[in-house]
Amino acid sequence: MNQTVPKTKPFRLKVWGENACFTRPELKVERVSYDVMTPSAARGVLEAILWKPAIRWVVERIDVLNPIRWESVRRNEVGQLMSPRSEGVYIEDARQQKAGMLLREVAYIIHAHLELTDRAGPQDNLVKFQEMFLRRAGAGQCFNQPYLGCREFSAHFELIGQNEEAPSPIDESPELGLLLFDIVHDASSDKDHVHHCGPGCRASFFRVKLERGVLWVPLPGSKEVLQ
Amino acid sequence: MSQSINNRYDFVLLFDVKDGNPNGDPDAGNLPRVDPETGNGLVTDVCLKRKVRNYVQMVKGAKDPFDIFIKEKAILNNLIDEAHEQESVKSKEKGDKTEHARQYMCSRYFDIRTFGAVMSTGKNAGQVRGPVQLTFSRSIDQVVTLEHSITRMAVATEAEAEKQQGDNRTMGRKFTVPYGLYRCHGFISAPLARQTGFGQEDLDLLWDALKNMFEHDHSAARGHMVSRKLFVFRHAGEFGNAPSHKLFELVKIARKGDGKLPPRDFEDYEVKLEGEIPGGVELVEML
Repeated sequence: MNQTVPKTKPFRLKVWGENACFTRPELKVERVSYDVMTPSAARGVLEAILWKPAIRWVVERIDVLNPIRWESVRRNEVGQLMSPRSEGVYIEDARQQKAGMLLREVAYIIHAHLELTDRAGPQDNLVKFQEMFLRRAGAGQCFNQPYLGCREFSAHFELIGQNEEAPSPIDESPELGLLLFDIVHDASSDKDHVHHCGPGCRASFFRVKLERGVLWVPLPGSKEVLQ
Repeated sequence: MSQSINNRYDFVLLFDVKDGNPNGDPDAGNLPRVDPETGNGLVTDVCLKRKVRNYVQMVKGAKDPFDIFIKEKAILNNLIDEAHEQESVKSKEKGDKTEHARQYMCSRYFDIRTFGAVMSTGKNAGQVRGPVQLTFSRSIDQVVTLEHSITRMAVATEAEAEKQQGDNRTMGRKFTVPYGLYRCHGFISAPLARQTGFGQEDLDLLWDALKNMFEHDHSAARGHMVSRKLFVFRHAGEFGNAPSHKLFELVKIARKGDGKLPPRDFEDYEVKLEGEIPGGVELVEML
């Protein structure tokens, strides 16, 4: 990723919800959320509003607007994958009770810009996608309702205009250690954004500290991103 | 399958419980779920999805194309021989196999078409994202949880009977919420409906299920649960015409009277629609 890629000005999107769970990859059985939204979750929110193979979202920073608070919920879950060769799953036979450490009452501002990918055709240009995104996010339109880590924690979203005052982040600067940056996908099997992670997909991380409520996200491919 | 739906929907479902436990918390010995910080009652998304599945299974008799994949044991279903279908999946090339399996599963099972699924086909767990997304339901006001000790005039084992010299009693516990009105928000994405083939018939069945799911879920634990209101916001476009939170804010729920006594009935609440419905959105009161 070099600096010469044409990109849009950063957009600002406020997202909030009653609960969120940005699951730590090392604690997936009984889910434990990271303290803050990960860049990959932020990208997912943006892609729920607008995505085409021709564009890529790059998250620049995430502002944390609410104090970090927790809640624990235990639910019955199914511990099986579905298979066309089976006649269905009897929930009593495949039940797993899993607790989740969730965040509650979260609100963030995602700052992110758009870049074109090598799948962009001659008729694709950044201005078109920029206008599309502004129109969609401004009117509350989305491909599917964005969510905060898991689909049951839906996110409300609001575009913050260029000249609007944004709410200020919390005045806290905790060390957060390693945070998931994103999953580097092996895109060779990625037809139409229906992706199955295989052995070619790897997680990447970065060291992070909130700076007075602001989480600065390194650029993809920069040396801060640990692959 | 019929045409998949072309409109985005956002909905608000209000349901209440009287002297029952709407959703027990396995972490708290099956006490009704309560948000410890606010005292409001909780009902998880998966709890309501289970009820939708059970309702559809009951109404449609677990038959293709409304079969249910994640079943409860309570209903024995007649297994249909799907061997020839499986052959059609098996005979495909590796790459097409996943796609075919996905289409087959979506076309046959209502719950996969509606809520999505994680599948063990193809490279590694192909995922189907369903169009319907439910959130945690929360009660409008704080709920108190009551604990009732109950007795049974029988014991389970010989040993117990001997210990009690033939008195044969067991004490049990039951937890209830005297009253709680819960609010659930849901979303239906038209573009995702296209991916799974979720059509108008499925949608009508889903509304039916949301309205009637508690009618067929009575049990000793549940008490009296009823779906009270179902407000459906139908957007003209597939991506929607207004932010969902703006629509949900139109549905206001207030206590009647001075609110000095705790609520014990749906009559103690007033459900109002306040404000303008944005252009391009139609409100349908299903209940």
